[in-house]
Amino acid sequence: MGEAIVITSGKGGVGKTTTTANIGTALALTGKKVCLVDTDIGLRNLDVVMGLENRIIYDIVDVVEERCRLQQALIKDKRFDCLMLLPAAQTKDKAAVNPEQMKIIIQELKEDYDYVIIDCPAGIEQGFKNAVAGADKAIVVTTPETSAVRDADRIIGLLEQEKVEAPKLIVNRIRGHMMKNGDMLDVDEIVAILAIEIIGIVCDDDDVIKASNKGEPIAFQPISRASIAFRNIARRILGESVPLMSLEENKGVFSKVKKFFGIRS
Amino acid sequence: MQKTNYVTIRGTKEGLILFLDDECSFSELISELKDKLSSNYPQISEGPAVQVKVAVGNRFLTDEHSNELTAIICEQQRLVINQIESNVITKDEAETLRKAAQTTTLTKIVRSGQVLEIEGDLLLLGDVNPGGTVIASGNIYIMGVLRGIAHAGCKGNKEAVILASKMEPSQLRVADIVSRAPDMKDYENHDMECAYIGFNNSIAIERIQHMSKIRPVMINE
Repeated sequence: MGEAIVITSGKGGVGKTTTTANIGTALALTGKKVCLVDTDIGLRNLDVVMGLENRIIYDIVDVVEERCRLQQALIKDKRFDCLMLLPAAQTKDKAAVNPEQMKIIIQELKEDYDYVIIDCPAGIEQGFKNAVAGADKAIVVTTPETSAVRDADRIIGLLEQEKVEAPKLIVNRIRGHMMKNGDMLDVDEIVAILAIEIIGIVCDDDDVIKASNKGEPIAFQPISRASIAFRNIARRILGESVPLMSLEENKGVFSKVKKFFGIRS
Repeated sequence: MQKTNYVTIRGTKEGLILFLDDECSFSELISELKDKLSSNYPQISEGPAVQVKVAVGNRFLTDEHSNELTAIICEQQRLVINQIESNVITKDEAETLRKAAQTTTLTKIVRSGQVLEIEGDLLLLGDVNPGGTVIASGNIYIMGVLRGIAHAGCKGNKEAVILASKMEPSQLRVADIVSRAPDMKDYENHDMECAYIGFNNSIAIERIQHMSKIRPVMINE
């Protein structure tokens, strides 16, 4: 029996889908059987980020309306055998599925997979309720912006009323230099406000966008900072204790030499 | 018929006091009250309106009963009911009174979009985040950071105060007075502060140590 983790944020555009894709990929890289579930019915993206858009035949609404079996709707990832995607429908809206039906689907998936990662839509309405219904755990994604933190706070409040474990926090899109100058909310400050356990920080990285556009989650790349961050998060989900990444930006050999000689860059 | 004495009328400077026996049946009481009032009628038919206070002792009066009493007494011209006093109240009323006087202790974080409403005083062990609201009819004590909105004395108690371990509110309300945080963020230390209605009816903030001067007696209402 696996566990279902919902990735949510309240606010849109903070990187829920990217996070879902990458945590899923990173978990699959460790050899776990993973199924990604896109619950953003009507605005599905997860398939695009995973590069699986052209393989969709059936979707979650077809499963709910019994036009196909759950197994038929699952798409196998092109890189792994142990990574699956249950896509959302694009032609319907959030009301096409209700929380009870969602619970049944997630329950069924949990029997076959070690991890079921649920991508939650933005907002706090029906889509959110659907996504959270079957989840055992929750991860809240936020960025170091006041508005995103505000929405994360609201979502944590709503999650407290659901039957999920205390949510964990990911701070996404951190710009090291801005945070250092105090132009961006500090990670410590965010944790102080939200008062939940932090499970990872991810730096803002151009490669994330590049990779997403290509349909190749960044977690595949061996050295990118964002990739390492996501893989660290996956390890923490698996129960390892990995220290948080330092926010110092790596400026290459030259700056290291300068630093060695005590020259300020 | 035996002469009973369920109703005693006593005159004071302020007016009349009707002592109604609390052990007889209500119907007996009513009939005697009618009797007595009509027999006394000639004496008080002239002059200005007389204030009447009704003391019913340990009898519980339902709304119907008190309406009936009022009707009978007001039939007499010149009699005006000032107050009906009973030693007994219902459990509900007692419960409401108790709630208003008690301190509710809660351990939680009031997050954005959440509203915590309390009858009486509130002792919150946790933060109030931006967008969160705490409301109490009495005082509010927050052992944590107040970043959201706090409304003390929401039923009009202007003596109510708001205390916080760290005072960084977006808005403070006491009774019907509202004040908001300045638009410019200041970087001063706001540890252990209290807010109250001070001079010219506006909300003032002072360190908790000054509470003894501001509110020498904390009223639990």
